[in-house]
Amino acid sequence: MALELIKGNVAVAEAAVRAGLVSYFGYPITPQTELLEYVSARMPELNRAFLQAESELGAINMVYGAACTGRRTMTSSSSPGVSLMQEGLSYISCTELPVVVVDVVRGGPGLGNIAPSQADYNQATRGGGHGEYHQIVLAPASVQEAIDLTTLAFDLAEKYRSVVMVLMDGSLGQMMEPAELPPFQPIKTEIPDWAVRGIPGRGKHVLTSINIDPPAQERTNIRLMTRWQEIEANEVRYKGYYLEDAEYLVVGYGTAGRISLSAVRAAREKGLKVGLLRPISLAPFPYEVVSDLAEQAKAFLVVEMNNGQMLEDVRLAVANRKPIAFYGRMGGTVPFADDVLQEIEDLASGQLGLEENPRDRWLAKMRVEFGTGA
Amino acid sequence: MQTEVIISGFGGQGTLYAGQVLAYAAMDEGKQVTWFPSYGPEMRGGTANCTVVISDEEIGSPTVKYPKAVLALNLPSLDKYEDMIAPGGCLVVNESMVNRKPERTDIRVVILPANEIAQEIGNERAANMVMLGALLANIDILPIEALEKALKNHTAQRLQKFVEMNIQALRRGGEYRAA
Amino acid sequence: MLDTDVKVVYQRPRGFEERPTHYCPGCTHGVAHRLVAEVLEEMGELEHTIGVASVGCSVFAYNYFAFDFVEAPHGRAPAMATGIKRSLPDATVFTYQGDGDLASIGMGEIVAAASRGELITVIFINNANYGMTGGQMAPTTLPGQVTTSSPMGRDVERQGYPIRMVELLSSLDGAAYVVRRSLHDPKNIRMAKKAIRTAFEVQKQGVGFSMVELLSTCPTNWGMTPASARVWLAEHMVPYYPIGDFKVSSSIAYNKPKGGD
Repeated sequence: MALELIKGNVAVAEAAVRAGLVSYFGYPITPQTELLEYVSARMPELNRAFLQAESELGAINMVYGAACTGRRTMTSSSSPGVSLMQEGLSYISCTELPVVVVDVVRGGPGLGNIAPSQADYNQATRGGGHGEYHQIVLAPASVQEAIDLTTLAFDLAEKYRSVVMVLMDGSLGQMMEPAELPPFQPIKTEIPDWAVRGIPGRGKHVLTSINIDPPAQERTNIRLMTRWQEIEANEVRYKGYYLEDAEYLVVGYGTAGRISLSAVRAAREKGLKVGLLRPISLAPFPYEVVSDLAEQAKAFLVVEMNNGQMLEDVRLAVANRKPIAFYGRMGGTVPFADDVLQEIEDLASGQLGLEENPRDRWLAKMRVEFGTGA
Repeated sequence: MQTEVIISGFGGQGTLYAGQVLAYAAMDEGKQVTWFPSYGPEMRGGTANCTVVISDEEIGSPTVKYPKAVLALNLPSLDKYEDMIAPGGCLVVNESMVNRKPERTDIRVVILPANEIAQEIGNERAANMVMLGALLANIDILPIEALEKALKNHTAQRLQKFVEMNIQALRRGGEYRAA
Repeated sequence: MLDTDVKVVYQRPRGFEERPTHYCPGCTHGVAHRLVAEVLEEMGELEHTIGVASVGCSVFAYNYFAFDFVEAPHGRAPAMATGIKRSLPDATVFTYQGDGDLASIGMGEIVAAASRGELITVIFINNANYGMTGGQMAPTTLPGQVTTSSPMGRDVERQGYPIRMVELLSSLDGAAYVVRRSLHDPKNIRMAKKAIRTAFEVQKQGVGFSMVELLSTCPTNWGMTPASARVWLAEHMVPYYPIGDFKVSSSIAYNKPKGGD
């Protein structure tokens, strides 16, 4: 297969089509819109369902209905739109339906802006809707990875009857890279037994998220949690760079992860023994991997395009054994590799103690450098 | 080996397209490449720039603070990026759209009237290709033939009629060398 | 002799489960459910139908209907039904929604579905209050009507005017069949059944969106006996919400329903 120079949003759309997507429902929002525009032409061409919904509320509930029929379905949006979808995602999770959601995250809170951001890590990984549930969250860092993880997302969604979110950001959605698209999968003909399809002679099927009897809801939640433990055991994904002899560990995902890669390489050229851990599954998070690296590393640097959200997961895993520094840019500002390199050099100077709160230290520096705008 | 190029100008000057042609050529030559656009609400007339990173290994950041090369198609782009170019890097300036000379002396500077050259060829809109040709003649990233091939191979059928003109523009730009 | 004269004149429709409903005595939900079940049985559609329950007293509708069902988030039933219908174009898909669900929180979804001409049927129960949560003011609550959240009576100056959904939706090009009926007496119930039949026929014919609004009683929250609730409906709701056909697309091919009048 030949490489194609392809934009992230379009690559994800075509990957979904090739994964046997039967229906797509969405609503335009920057910086995700190319995805919706692409499938608006592609799906009808293949005699599959595309519908531009009246809102993200409409879109996620159309996906909810389509998922009930047991066929591959998805939606895509960006931060404010995904906030509107949280109600539906909670219902879908409780109804145990396979759904793929692509979130091309932008700067917030509020209407914010359309620039790249990772500010929705907590919303994505903690289950942003009401009630206790989890969703699988996959964070690509390149166009090729976005394609591969979109394909995987449909398989995982079906395997675990779960919502799988592909968490991108505006830069990955908008950038072009050479990538290889997977072969065309035929639409699956076997229908899962739980699907509601109005099949004569099969008996009545009901899909619902209501358990009015609390013990029944509790049993449902035990089932969901048990499945989540299975996911935690089997679906942790990450990529390590220069880890073997690393004394300093940078942890970053998605765009912040690949920016950190440039910084780590530059630091290596300066003779610093630095490695990079780039989590790919944000939920389940690679806690054990980070924990093991805490034995080897002298200190950690967490790099994110937010106010330190994955930082909390790293802190959980490191459990105060080693100092952690944090470098984050917010509101749609993307860090440069040079900035990250500076942070690595600071870290390697060995001044950081265990007692310092990484977020406090970072925020104090941010206030001095950029001000509060007040 | 990694080279970063920022192509910047007004919306409508074809900066994003020029970056894509460069990216296609790099891909076809077996390089790693990223094309990263500024994206915003302005569709026409605003500023538009893209960053193209070409490398032999997995590319980390698709954006850079200090690029190796900048194509400034207008004055705001010259003002914005002149100071950012890495020492020893290359700045290509579209003389048709600026009213001052660059000040840096630690970089190679190529100045050419891209709009007028493009007009001579037959279409002012080929100024972006003139600029790109000048870049390739002054830094060692890709042979100009790679871009000619990319133009032929990756231009949509309905736009093939412009390929010859764009190739000519690349070549005309390639005649300019840093002072 | 007797056994030869035995004739079944009334029985549980095949589309009904054999279980008692949780609805209050005198509530017309039971009547509305029965009409839907009878129509789908008569059309031979029972096993091709997917119902979408909404949030409200009818949230458990799927416990009573004997065919496939899903349960939607509050107000979102038309969107969910859209997702199902677009995935299974041959299925008969309907939503069963109350007035709070459809006319308040779900206004966006119902208007959008109707304007798209979505090939779904909506059974809209209007009982002029939020039943499940204990009788609060609904968008359909009449001016002056006392509810638990309009204890001095709905004051239109402060709380706005009731919404006539059928009239509103009838202005949309995608709406093919939008009518209002009532369940307060046998004659009106027969008319309602006919309308429900037509609405499902419109869906099968692919003409467009169809909705039957059913004026319904809520004796418990209205604080009335079942009988007086029916009188109150006739005297107060019918004048405000006139019974009639507000949109009947000219492309609807009428099939005379079997057994109707």
